[in-house]
Amino acid sequence: MSATHNNAPAHAGGTHAHDDGDHTQADHGSVKGYLTGFILAVILTAIPFWLVLGKVFEKSSTTALMVLGLAAVQIVVHMVYFLHMNTKSEGGWSILALIFTTMLVVIMLSGSIWVMYHLNHNMMPGMMPDTTGEAMPGGVQDRSSMPGMKGMDGMDGMKGMEGMKDMPAMSPAPKAP
Amino acid sequence: MRNTVTSPTTDSTRYYVLEHHPENGTTLGFWLYLMSDCLVFACLFAVYAVLGRNYAGGPTGAELFDLPLVALNTALLLLSSITYGFAMLEMQRKRVRSTLAWLAVTGLIGACFIGFELYEFIHLIHEGAGPQRSGFLTAFFTLVGTHGAHVMFGIIWLVTLMLQVSVHGLTTENSRRLMCLSMFWHFLDVVWIGVFTFVYLMGVLP
Repeated sequence: MSATHNNAPAHAGGTHAHDDGDHTQADHGSVKGYLTGFILAVILTAIPFWLVLGKVFEKSSTTALMVLGLAAVQIVVHMVYFLHMNTKSEGGWSILALIFTTMLVVIMLSGSIWVMYHLNHNMMPGMMPDTTGEAMPGGVQDRSSMPGMKGMDGMDGMKGMEGMKDMPAMSPAPKAP
Repeated sequence: MRNTVTSPTTDSTRYYVLEHHPENGTTLGFWLYLMSDCLVFACLFAVYAVLGRNYAGGPTGAELFDLPLVALNTALLLLSSITYGFAMLEMQRKRVRSTLAWLAVTGLIGACFIGFELYEFIHLIHEGAGPQRSGFLTAFFTLVGTHGAHVMFGIIWLVTLMLQVSVHGLTTENSRRLMCLSMFWHFLDVVWIGVFTFVYLMGVLP
């Protein structure tokens, strides 16, 4: 490996001028680049496992934040050293696609967590007096007494009517309104 | 983006890439595919974020996850990333035999990863913690299983390319294909960072 080490950096990305002809040849990296990335990745993987397995912090929220931060750094390390991401590759289109994707991912993740957290919060058993979560029969019986559910009776009626129209035995019965 | 000309010497409809402008469109196109794949994984991560603590009275992540095994799997995938990198460096020097050797090492490590993951899944299902047990386990099996399926297809692709290289050598086409698989393989390692952090490590936190 050390014998091949010398001529490798000549092909390393990002050092030569960007022109349409040769930039794809620079995408394969060098031994030094891969080893640097590997060592950084090993360190950035070992630390979060140590933090969790060794129970270093008492508060789990501290550990979670640390672990997430280290993961973000490690993703950047992988992008730079293994995927050879830089602002020059493909004339900047790769990084543009990456930024756009990151934006979508952030919107999707934070949006999902935000919306579903509030949904869970508003659907807490305590906020609906007569439903205890698992007791569906009780909930059905008590439905009319629940303030938020008053409209449901009318909707049930409509649903029943729709179903009945489809039943063959009932089809002669309905009159035109 | 890609300059092509029809060959004047033959009457076939094959296109030849101009020499000064190699493999430009393919790399960007494959990168765009990876970004869309990234969105698939982001959706599954969002599902896990929402459902990850819905245990339905069943086992929790802290009870189920075997972190030393996860650490071993993480190490394997990271190792396979760098061995693939060495394969790419050997490819760059047009050494067919050592390229194939590094690719074989990468494939074997990937197969070990899949083996341990399948062992973990089977173990969980035997414990009664299958994907139908709770929302948490459904999200877990979907996310980790999708990643595992990607690795599996990566291995199939890798074996196919090893055959291609051993028959046809390191032609321009094969180099381009190896480049795409390289991006795919490293991308899967990036996704695994998210999996071991978000699913396993944060899953065992109280």
